[in-house]
Amino acid sequence: MAGTIKDKVAIVGMGATKFGERWDVGWEDLVVEAAFEAYEDAGMSSQEACERIEAGWVGTVFSGISGAVMADPLKFDGKPISHVENQCATPLDAFRNACFAVAAGVYDIVLALGVEKLKDTGLSGVPSPEFFTNFGIYNGKIFSAPGSFGLPFVRYAAKYGAKKEDLARIAVKNHYNGSLNPKAHYQRVVTLEQVMKAPIVAWPHGIFDCCGNSDGAAAAIICRADMAKEFRDDYLLVKGVGVSVDAVLMHAYRPHFDYMGWPATQRAAQQAYAMAGITNPYKEIDMFEVHDCFTTTEMLTYEDLGLVPKGHAVEAIHDGRFELHGERPVNPSGGLKSFGHPIGASGLRMLYECYKQIQHKVDNPARQIGGNPRMGLAHQIGGAPNVSGVGIIGLPE
Amino acid sequence: MAAGITSYGAYVPYYRMERKEIAKAWQTGGGAGEKAVADYDQDSITLAVEAAVNCLADTDRSKIDRFYMATTTSSYREKQDAAIVALALDLPRQTGTADFTGSLRCGTAALRAALDAVDAGAAKNVLISAADCRVGVPKSDIELNTGDSSASLLIGNENVAVAVEGYYSHHDEIVDWWRKESDTFVHNWESRYIIESGYTRNVVEAVSATLKKYNLTPQDFSKLILYAPDLRTFNTTAAALKFDPKTQVQDPLFTVIGNSGSAFTLTMLVAALEQAKPGDRLLMVNYSSGCDVFILRVTEEIEKLRNRRGVSYHLDIKKPISSYEKYLQIRGIVPVEMARRPDDVCYSPAAWRDSEQLIAFKAQRCRKCGTMHLPRSRVCYTCKTKDEFDMVRLSDKKGTVVTYVIDNLAPSPNPPMVVAVVEIDECRTYVEITECAPEIAKIDMVVEPTFRRLFEAGTSAAGTFIAYYWKCRPVREV
Repeated sequence: MAGTIKDKVAIVGMGATKFGERWDVGWEDLVVEAAFEAYEDAGMSSQEACERIEAGWVGTVFSGISGAVMADPLKFDGKPISHVENQCATPLDAFRNACFAVAAGVYDIVLALGVEKLKDTGLSGVPSPEFFTNFGIYNGKIFSAPGSFGLPFVRYAAKYGAKKEDLARIAVKNHYNGSLNPKAHYQRVVTLEQVMKAPIVAWPHGIFDCCGNSDGAAAAIICRADMAKEFRDDYLLVKGVGVSVDAVLMHAYRPHFDYMGWPATQRAAQQAYAMAGITNPYKEIDMFEVHDCFTTTEMLTYEDLGLVPKGHAVEAIHDGRFELHGERPVNPSGGLKSFGHPIGASGLRMLYECYKQIQHKVDNPARQIGGNPRMGLAHQIGGAPNVSGVGIIGLPE
Repeated sequence: MAAGITSYGAYVPYYRMERKEIAKAWQTGGGAGEKAVADYDQDSITLAVEAAVNCLADTDRSKIDRFYMATTTSSYREKQDAAIVALALDLPRQTGTADFTGSLRCGTAALRAALDAVDAGAAKNVLISAADCRVGVPKSDIELNTGDSSASLLIGNENVAVAVEGYYSHHDEIVDWWRKESDTFVHNWESRYIIESGYTRNVVEAVSATLKKYNLTPQDFSKLILYAPDLRTFNTTAAALKFDPKTQVQDPLFTVIGNSGSAFTLTMLVAALEQAKPGDRLLMVNYSSGCDVFILRVTEEIEKLRNRRGVSYHLDIKKPISSYEKYLQIRGIVPVEMARRPDDVCYSPAAWRDSEQLIAFKAQRCRKCGTMHLPRSRVCYTCKTKDEFDMVRLSDKKGTVVTYVIDNLAPSPNPPMVVAVVEIDECRTYVEITECAPEIAKIDMVVEPTFRRLFEAGTSAAGTFIAYYWKCRPVREV
């Protein structure tokens, strides 16, 4: 029996750091930046926040161990804090567990925070956790993220006629959106020609098809829905959350797997839609922040989230419906592509974008999406990929 | 029946270095043709596996009771090569294994030991595989003359395709070619001295003694298979031994492979056997710290071995190395900047636990529903049954590419890496497709497994070891 936390939990304060190459700060500085912005947004001093926040969930994959990643920089002495790690779904899973605890009535006010400090190593791409390189068949020697996420492309292209240029249009869209966003890692537009001619990282992915590898943090203060008005009038409610985790090499084990989409996204979305009572996500949700770690991933995600029927992603790329001022903006923030992707932080940063857009409080009016957005969705997918998280937030009905 | 050769196989690496490129780099005379060069992820162990797989072909591997590996370029000073190769070949647990090493005669020494074991009744089927990847100092004659290859023979006393009619051996001491414990490169003394006082003196003595012992003359042989350090010495020595250079001499392969050390004589033997007719008599002469001489007689059984991959199969399956600098990189002679990726982690216990999948390349087939698993799994992905699997060897089967990417970021000294999901015997798994130009990769391309070194594993505290695993390569039928 799957229950629902729809409308039981509210977000009353959020923060996100500038993402990028933050050579001058450590992970602990990023935690403080994100948390203090969230405190201020909720109208709390740090003393009040420390008194009122009862528990914490902190997500990071590579930037620390234990709940001390939150407790130490914020001086949260003695609070119950869990460290959440679920590859790229880490931040949305930290958020999900924080929401569950409040919905269960265990706590009134909690903090969900995600952080990642990736740039200090000087390595290309993300580090490989020991589990992965040591996992049976030395995956680490043949795996790269742009490679494993690119595996569906040749099959999808053969079946539905997608071209590298279609992927490039996604990169152009997300770079444009990011160019308007002062907190984005990359704030410049790129042309279709630049994307097409860029050096190949893992074909079909050139450098502009790959997300930024960034430092950053994001945070959400979550409370009982009936308390939200104490903090602000324009609070948002949690409508649905979902997480799906499969075997690491699920697509090798699955007989006849066709690579036309990723089951993890499909299942996480189904859970969140069921919880939120959503039957037509394209109609009912106003904006989407999706996990465009690579352009192929964003293309497949249109279909995996049910925004377009199977095989119709390419026409949706061309008709402009997902652009910043299109019918259903996807990645108005600039996405991972342009905003950057500190793994433990991204999902909460996506919710931050939904939260600010719905409140009409984005930092640059030029990038405020049209209409009166009432509901937004954040989506992540990671691993081989085999892990996904989805969160849906919106205004009270 | 007396022990003889019952099967053969050989392997020549895909990459070839044209000697004129070496000459161009050093502005010297270069010599003709090309030399075969093991790729950056190959060593004598992986080459030995390749030749042995070709030798075994459809042979029932459970009947192999000894395996001898011969090389002077082991990747381990202490730790047996033969045991790694035996596991990669999925030979029976009780197969007796031994390494023959220390001299370029170790390949023929392994052959003699195999014949003796079968003749003594101590073993019925003995597999040997000889491989070498020697490097000469840049700009040296040895650099020009050496090449890499491997050869494998199966020795038994049933269905003998090549009988052994005679054998002669002597030992000799001279410092001519050598490598000390600490040497990377092969060294040699002044060339006229070592050819005259080392090689030629020994070979002439050995061949004369053999012919005298068996009361034979050069005219009694179809072919001479003669080890020599270089092509010029080969030609003058064959002529001095009174073998007709046009009809009676096996091509020493200098222009297509090069001197492959302990595998060289046996590689030439395989090349000779591919052309041999029943009744042919061969004289095989190997040199290093003395000589081994074999008189071989080809039987009717040779016709059953025509499908074996020997030397000729490999000669046209090749790609020239693009430059001398690239050659220096491939053989690890100069360090080169690579994509900065995280260090790979593997510890000995993990490599040991998973050795059946990593080294023997076996997948699990669920007994209940048939689902295949690689990497290994305790619980079936499909029907959730626990520990009900049959192990299935994938290493000798062909597969097809399900999907792939062309990856510049995956750590490779030779980017881009073609990474694919392949399906072999209904098992889907991830592998690198090696020897595959990006433009030839396609869905449903037929591939076959090839044993490779993946990386140096271990810790800085304990030391590093070599992590071996399988890749796939496109099947090229010629």
